[in-house]
Amino acid sequence: MPATAHIEFIVGAYGAGIVVIVALIAWVMFDYRLQRRILAELETTGISRRSARDSAERTVSDGA
Amino acid sequence: MRLSELANPSRFLRTANLAIPWLAGATAIVFAFAIYRAMLAPDDYQQGATVKIMFLHVPSAWLGMLCWGLMTIAALGTLVWRHPLADVAAKAAAPLGAAFTLLCLVTGSLWGRPEWGTYWVWDARLTSELILFLLYLGVIALWRTVEDASRAARAVAILTLVGAIDLPIIKFSVDWWNTLHQGASVFRLGGSTVDPTILIPLLLMAAAFTLLFVTLLLAAMRNEILRRRVRTLRLLQASATG
Repeated sequence: MPATAHIEFIVGAYGAGIVVIVALIAWVMFDYRLQRRILAELETTGISRRSARDSAERTVSDGA
Repeated sequence: MRLSELANPSRFLRTANLAIPWLAGATAIVFAFAIYRAMLAPDDYQQGATVKIMFLHVPSAWLGMLCWGLMTIAALGTLVWRHPLADVAAKAAAPLGAAFTLLCLVTGSLWGRPEWGTYWVWDARLTSELILFLLYLGVIALWRTVEDASRAARAVAILTLVGAIDLPIIKFSVDWWNTLHQGASVFRLGGSTVDPTILIPLLLMAAAFTLLFVTLLLAAMRNEILRRRVRTLRLLQASATG
């Protein structure tokens, strides 16, 4: 069997692999940036989680 | 650090932020070496160059099953121990498992056409693998359908435990039924039947895929924790303005 026989199937398989892996990496990176951006926007409005407020208050009182 | 200490989401985030860049670097290095070795691997005496599809097909099949195995452990964590990160892990893992299972099905079809003369046949191995993919889609749909996160986690956990029955069926389908798919050739009693010139690149690719999976899983879990914080803040904002 020649080395290039069925090359279209090999290229197709590796192409599918690249598409799936790049899509997963892009999805994870895009989602991370999106969540960080939304969190930053919410925190600029003065809203913070109770645990984050407690932690900040502890840091202030520890430093005092 | 004990594993149980990672159950704290804030501690997990700090650990993940440290680990993800190192894991991503290790994944890139191992992938580069594995692909180099895979391209140097000789053609199979029967299949010719199409044997190179195996370097994608087999690791993605292993990961599709490994991911459901991890989700099964997470399901126990949700139902039995109510582990804080268990349902985060299960939710983050499902799209990754679906993607690797889809890649396994696509590469398998593209390998099957020149070897078997058909892209698809309803034999036990292919059908049970397709069922695994559909189970992943079911889990993803369930997370999106049930609005209350804790109810969704319990429903997904039950579906995951039921779906775990498919894992031994996939593994042993080639032994239990007469299938077109070849039998086990790497992990089998009596040792691997694959020549080392092909087995070593295959194991390297499996290591690269596993590193990629671990990196993506940690990153997706980090995203899910942030998404839950966003939800909490939005609820606080709504109650403050309401």
